[in-house]
Amino acid sequence: MNIATPPLPIFRAEGVTRVYRTGSVEVWALRGVDLALNEGEMVVLLGASGSGKSTLVNILGGLDLPSGGRVHFRDRELTEADDRALTAFRRDHVGFVFQFYNLVPSLTARENVALVTEIARDPMTPEEALDRVGLAPRMDHFPAELSGGEQQRVAIARAIAKRPDVLLCDEPTGALDSRTGVQVLEALHEVNRDLGTATVLITHNAAIQRIAHRVVVLADGRIVRDEANPDRVLPSEVSW
Amino acid sequence: MRALDRKMLRDLRRIWAQTIAIAMVLACGIMILVGAEATQRTLVQTQAAYYERHRFADVFAGVARAPQSVVTEAAAIDGVAQAEGRITFSAVLDIDGMTEPATGLILSLPAEGAGLNVPLLRRGRLPDPDRHAEVALNEPFAERHGLVPGSTFRGILNGQLRELVVTGWVLSPEFVYTIAPGAMMPDDRRYGLIWMNEAAAAATMDMGGAVNDITLRLTRDADEAQVIAALDALLDAYGGTGAHGRDRQTSHTFLSSELQQLGAMATYLPPIFFVVSAFLVNMVLGRLIALERAQIGLFKALGYGRTEIAGHYMKLAGLIGVIAVALGWGFGWWIADAMIGLYGEFFRFPFIIRDTGTGALVISAVLGLATVALGGLRAVWSSLKLPPAEAMQPPAPPTFARGAADRFLTWLRLRQTTMMIFRSILRWPGRAAITLFGVSASVAMLVMSYFMFDSIEMLMDSVFGQANRQQMTLMLAAPQTEQAVLDALALPGVIRAEGGYAMPVRLANGHRTRLSALQGHYEGAELARLVDDAGRVVTPPAEGLVLPEMLARALGIEAGQALRVEMLAPPRTVLTLSVTAVIPQGMGQEAHIAASALFAAMDSAPQVNMIHLSVEADRVEELYAAIKSTPAIAGLSDWAEVRRQFDATLSESLLTMVAIYTLIGVLIAIGVVYNAARIQLSERSYELASLRVLGFSRGEVAFVLVGEMMLLTLLAIPLGWALGYQVAAGMVEAISTDVIQIPFAISRRTYAMAALAVFLASLASVLMVRRRLDRVDLAMALKARD
Repeated sequence: MNIATPPLPIFRAEGVTRVYRTGSVEVWALRGVDLALNEGEMVVLLGASGSGKSTLVNILGGLDLPSGGRVHFRDRELTEADDRALTAFRRDHVGFVFQFYNLVPSLTARENVALVTEIARDPMTPEEALDRVGLAPRMDHFPAELSGGEQQRVAIARAIAKRPDVLLCDEPTGALDSRTGVQVLEALHEVNRDLGTATVLITHNAAIQRIAHRVVVLADGRIVRDEANPDRVLPSEVSW
Repeated sequence: MRALDRKMLRDLRRIWAQTIAIAMVLACGIMILVGAEATQRTLVQTQAAYYERHRFADVFAGVARAPQSVVTEAAAIDGVAQAEGRITFSAVLDIDGMTEPATGLILSLPAEGAGLNVPLLRRGRLPDPDRHAEVALNEPFAERHGLVPGSTFRGILNGQLRELVVTGWVLSPEFVYTIAPGAMMPDDRRYGLIWMNEAAAAATMDMGGAVNDITLRLTRDADEAQVIAALDALLDAYGGTGAHGRDRQTSHTFLSSELQQLGAMATYLPPIFFVVSAFLVNMVLGRLIALERAQIGLFKALGYGRTEIAGHYMKLAGLIGVIAVALGWGFGWWIADAMIGLYGEFFRFPFIIRDTGTGALVISAVLGLATVALGGLRAVWSSLKLPPAEAMQPPAPPTFARGAADRFLTWLRLRQTTMMIFRSILRWPGRAAITLFGVSASVAMLVMSYFMFDSIEMLMDSVFGQANRQQMTLMLAAPQTEQAVLDALALPGVIRAEGGYAMPVRLANGHRTRLSALQGHYEGAELARLVDDAGRVVTPPAEGLVLPEMLARALGIEAGQALRVEMLAPPRTVLTLSVTAVIPQGMGQEAHIAASALFAAMDSAPQVNMIHLSVEADRVEELYAAIKSTPAIAGLSDWAEVRRQFDATLSESLLTMVAIYTLIGVLIAIGVVYNAARIQLSERSYELASLRVLGFSRGEVAFVLVGEMMLLTLLAIPLGWALGYQVAAGMVEAISTDVIQIPFAISRRTYAMAALAVFLASLASVLMVRRRLDRVDLAMALKARD
């Protein structure tokens, strides 16, 4: 490898389209998206409902395949990968956080995290991951015994426990009130700062963009704005 | 159509696979009920009509020799409507194309035509009273040998070789089921019935003006026991061998026992299917309602009342029931047709009177609909209690508690996916219990079906492997001294010959009496032996009788007590012998004694009236030829041939039977596991999709679903074994009479086959659901919340 070559972006999307067909109707969720995402970056993806944010993140995370265009993760082309390769990709490189937490109700907080650490290559312990999100004292509780914010922080602990290269968060605060939402954003911010995990955060809450390195705005399946945020603030300074 | 009804039809279409799975289970129960009932009713009707039209006798008695006048005296007994005397005797037959001898039972036909047990002419004509060589044959035997009217064959009749001419083929209500004395199953090739006119029979047996067989038809209000006692008293002076009713008439007994088995089948099997179906409907409807919680809230908000909403779901359950009833009736009709066809071949009925049994149709429909209604009601009820606002909210996540079982699981340090399986079972024990029960019912069904073959095998092993190791038994025309055994040894190909002595007897303990046979066992017997249920050879003690348990119980006698033994054939001695041992012998109906003890008690020299032979395989034909020309031999049982035929018949039907039973049995497992897995998938698709997102492979995720179902299946198997054992024991109890005892045995092979079939059916069902799991769209599953 040539030392002079600059580091590759972690994700590169080129001309990505995604069309859903329901009967005879075609719905264009993405109409040609070009995007590069750099190591250690925290990007906020803004856009109205139906603008294609989730579709883009699902494609980046290997949950969905584009109808056209290419996606690279480092030097690997995801668009060529089969189901087995995508499963391995998610297992080794990607952490997901969803609006509705997606915890397994029959497992405790610690066990939900262990679910990932048991199959990851170089994980932290479930205890360490939960400690990072401030949930060490609640780790033996079942999801039904935790508040929404706590459940979301368990989901973050579960996502970061494998030391992923990228954290993809789809409306992580969408179901939470402002105060709890801030706690969750703080957890994400700390992970990004301390572990250098590239983080993509989907939201339609414009206030949250202030914590990002970069803000990308989607509308109608296209990127309409992509700019750096020089006036970055801490999550604690945000409210809505 | 109302919107709600349209919704119901669409719901039904959406859950069609589950509907079919439930309907099939329920339909099986209905099919068995309807099929067995129609078959049984048809056979009962046919039997009754056949007996009535052809005047099947009610009481039968053998006698050494009695004058014709005794028939008139018998007719005068109170309660007797009609009496008829005849001459019967057995003969060795020589049929063209058959190396071994056949045995025939010859029955005389009164010159004026039979008044009782009237043979039904199927082909040709009855013998001419003036032509002594003419005979009519029973249809199956004649058919088997192609003995069309005009053909001839030879027989040794009372020691004389005679050529007989066939005039016609007949069937008789006395021989719906034709089985040679001492044989295990019908053999139309080697056992034939021969109707000969009375004068010819009398001339042959030197019985002019005499009879040796008397049959009676009773009046409607007659007391059979009293008539039998009176007839016994009347015939005693003439060497009566003991009168008996239809309950001891071979053909009737076998037919009745078969009808009883059909009844047991219709009683014991369907409830399992009904109960499982009720649970399945409950499970599936419960899930559907849980999924439609918000819709139910909406219906309420829109102003629908509880009854309307409940009615909506009950209609859905009802429709499943209607589908099941229609399927069950159809299958039942079809299976009844098939079974009646089979029985028609096995039992020789000249006609069939079809009786569908509308009762069974009505009962099965009511039960079928009640089953789904019961299953549905419980599921519907809980949903109706929710206030609309709450119903429209998504349900709270299920709570999991930490009990002792959970602490134990944590201590085991299982993988989290394994933990999910155990927690799911602990969290929903009721649902796990339904799956457990359903799958174990399936195992039990198979154990109950397969064990019949074990019983037959055990019977065969006991009869052929242990008790009767001789290849052949010769029946002597009259008792002879032990010299006859030595003579038999000189016959071609005979390796070993052993004498035996059997005598029809009436056993009496006070007022309790039983017609039976007394078997005299010679010391050192290697071929024909007395064997108990455990397969142990029992050597009769130097003195006294050995009785099987059933017989001892029937006589109310125990070891150490004395029993009166009346011989029913010459020398007609009456002995009082003490019972020295009672042995467990499920099949046993006869009394046993050491030959030395018997003849000492009779104060006579030892005698034999049958000879058991072990024969060189390649000289059997020579032996047959010698037997055909030996008048002292009245008949023979070829045990090796019986076994061969039995095995052939069994293996022929075995595969089909096993396939049918397996299909019916595993239907339950499929219905239960498929539905349980579908419900799991529906409830947990969100959770399972999350695992996929976290990087678990399809196989690892499927493990949670497949693992739980298969774990429950494995737990259900031993339960099913135990359940199957219990029900099979109950069935044997229900089927057994004091004449026909079915040995009860369940082999390891049966347990293993039942377990394997159910395991594979469960696995196939859950793998079908797994394919759906593979198709779950990850992105969609994560967005959509129930």
